[in-house]
Amino acid sequence: MTGTWTLVRHGLRRDRLRIAIWAVAASLMFPYGILALDAIYPTAADRQVRADLVSTPAATIMTGPGYGMEDYTLGAMTANEFTPFVVVAICIMSILLAVRHTRAEEETGRTELVRAGVVGRSAQGVSAFVVVTVANLAVATLSTVLILASGAGIDGSAITVVDTLALTSGMALTGMAFGAVALVTAQVTEHARTASGLAMAALGAAFVVRAAGDIQETHGSTLSWFSPLAWAQQMRPFVDLRWWPLALTLALVVVLLAVASTLSARRDLGAGLVAPRSGRATARPGLRSPFALAWRLQRASVVAWGAGIGLLALLSGTFASSMDDMLEMVEGNEAAAAIFGDADQILDGFNSVMILYLGLMVTAFAISSISRARAEEQSGRAEPLFAGPVARTRWLGAQLAVTAVGTVLVLVVAAVGLAAGELVAGVGNDVALDVAVGTLAYLPAVAVVVGAVLALYGLVGRDLGVGWLLLVYGFVAGLFGPLFELPEWAMRLSPFYSVPDVADTDPTAGPLIILTAVAAALILAAFVGFRRRDLTTG
Amino acid sequence: MSTTDTPVEIHDLVKTFGTVRALDGFSMTVRRGEVAGFLGPNGAGKSTTIRVLLGLIKADGGSARLLGGDPWADAVDLHRRLAYVPGDVNLWPNLSGGEAIDLLTRLRGPVDPGRRADLLERFELDPSKKARTYSKGNRQKVALVAALAADTELLILDEPTSGLDPLMESVFTDCVREATDRGASVLLSSHILGEVEKLCDTVTIIRAGKDVQSGTLDDLRHLTRSTYTADVTGDPGDLTAIDAVHDLTVSPVGDGGVVTVSFSADNDRTDEVVAALSGLGLRRLVTAPPSLEEMFLRHYGDDVTGSRTVQG
Repeated sequence: MTGTWTLVRHGLRRDRLRIAIWAVAASLMFPYGILALDAIYPTAADRQVRADLVSTPAATIMTGPGYGMEDYTLGAMTANEFTPFVVVAICIMSILLAVRHTRAEEETGRTELVRAGVVGRSAQGVSAFVVVTVANLAVATLSTVLILASGAGIDGSAITVVDTLALTSGMALTGMAFGAVALVTAQVTEHARTASGLAMAALGAAFVVRAAGDIQETHGSTLSWFSPLAWAQQMRPFVDLRWWPLALTLALVVVLLAVASTLSARRDLGAGLVAPRSGRATARPGLRSPFALAWRLQRASVVAWGAGIGLLALLSGTFASSMDDMLEMVEGNEAAAAIFGDADQILDGFNSVMILYLGLMVTAFAISSISRARAEEQSGRAEPLFAGPVARTRWLGAQLAVTAVGTVLVLVVAAVGLAAGELVAGVGNDVALDVAVGTLAYLPAVAVVVGAVLALYGLVGRDLGVGWLLLVYGFVAGLFGPLFELPEWAMRLSPFYSVPDVADTDPTAGPLIILTAVAAALILAAFVGFRRRDLTTG
Repeated sequence: MSTTDTPVEIHDLVKTFGTVRALDGFSMTVRRGEVAGFLGPNGAGKSTTIRVLLGLIKADGGSARLLGGDPWADAVDLHRRLAYVPGDVNLWPNLSGGEAIDLLTRLRGPVDPGRRADLLERFELDPSKKARTYSKGNRQKVALVAALAADTELLILDEPTSGLDPLMESVFTDCVREATDRGASVLLSSHILGEVEKLCDTVTIIRAGKDVQSGTLDDLRHLTRSTYTADVTGDPGDLTAIDAVHDLTVSPVGDGGVVTVSFSADNDRTDEVVAALSGLGLRRLVTAPPSLEEMFLRHYGDDVTGSRTVQG
């Protein structure tokens, strides 16, 4: 244990900004949700409509066991609807942090340097868990403050200090539990990416078990209890608080830490419990071009994104069956109407929001895909190609082509998934076709974002986060622009605004042509710039 | 395909990064069939020069010719005729070493599988391991095998042995000799003096972006000093009278009045120095030819004397 304290301080110093960003981003979900739902559902009768809306099996997947549905207060909403998102987010945060401070350090060889000093065998693992704990406490503290600040003053919200503390401590312990899961997986494999992948898979499994369990019965079935993700919500905060599920989470944390500590004592530094697999001694015949290489490097992530977005699209599509309930709700509710559209266009409104979501997710894939170009250059991995007979335009073209192929694939999967989900929910064939076409119409807008990232990369070798900025702005402008009555020019800054709405019965091709032209100009600039600039490493 | 007598010709090359002049009027030449050493400490501009030659970065001034062409404009065609091994090899973590080798060699053209297998065996490299499991030395071997698998006119090697063990270094030395035997030229950047002395026909020393010395190893040695260690019985003070003698140190008087002197002396005055020593009752004499290290230190070390006194 010697040196643990020094390592903790070092870890917190390294990650102070990272932890702060995670804490703010995760806990902002609460005041946003509380204030938005309070505006949309001001009366108890409105909130009961909401309760019906989120009681469908499809909605249960994304929410929780549904406590307090008979009197659906803002507090019950907070526990049932926002908490799952925040819990998943902090579990991901905890997994990434835990691996970052253990296996990733070990893989790069930095641990060797540290352990050669006056540092105990378990110091690294313990300090990593302390960092994870601090991060979760930061999220819990901020969430407590924000929930109370936004909700405690609202009449009939049922948001009290004790319930809030119960909820946030349940959340934090769940996050710590998955941090501990990552500490275990970090012992198993030699590689950080595999370690976080295994822990993420455990998180995914926990999510599926919780969702499947909660669908079977209101307030959760026996199956639900097998998922640690269920336990925080099973404390029934804001409805009928009970503390004992917290003990389950605590026990899990203790058990996992004991397992991780036992495993780590049985292995050598740098080694895993599972020996790494070998690869091919010779390359497949097709691996002979920059395109083949880029595809080989990205195909797994194309499949993962495609599967994830496709599944989400399918699930979202099934929500279309709850449209009748929404119709009831929107009538006489101006705020909800501003978000979802007029009563007679309620399905169109729902569809355009869903399509916007999917378009933004596909854009996220496209940004992460095209950003690989910079990573390849900066890491020096592209250097042997440029030192070989590979023209710069050919290499950049290959990166762009892989992003284009991947983006089209993921977008088509999203379009088909959403349309199929709505068909299952009982919409007509014509609507399903409109939805699919409407989703595909986002391609030129995604191309503009890719073009912007690529242009900055080609011209100056950096992307300055422009893609993610456009994405966030597109999200904010697209969802809240009409509500806040943003001026036209401000809306136009988002490339997604120019995509014809699925509700538009007579769409013109003009905006799509303009978007395509802008994308083409940006991509051209990228190629011209990339031919001229110095390549950099490190 | 044009052959040229000087595969690498660099004149007054200038490259600035912001306010830093990484190359400040640097010149060097590599002649056909020779191994040209390129010597300098970290940050002197070796890698910058190589990156200009490879067309990865564009020079701000001066001229560089590579295999008779322009390294920036004709990059792709020129790269078919050369092979490059970086000092810090980064590979794709998910690909095996064998896959990386195949990709890199196939880009250049047809591959001889026998030669690939032979190189893998000589370098004792397991090609089926994923690149993320390779050590620095093994990553370097991947780059070396990929570079040596084809008959190229020019090999550009940027500190290629920094991760190799002595056994592998000697395999590397053999491979470089085989390459020059079939007529290839080699540009070998290094800060390992022994390697340059063993392999190189000519040496260019770079300091702060300028070439401070270049020529054959013999040329350079002639300009420098040899070191002498001698046991004498006479008064070594006489040696100070000779202005060719430098850095004289004298041990305390030992048994039988013998003192040990050590110093360095200019090579063109050897005659005079040896005559003076024999006049002092010479018992033992050890001389060493000037090493590259000495040349190097004379160009870089501002305190050559100090460091040598410490070494005794």
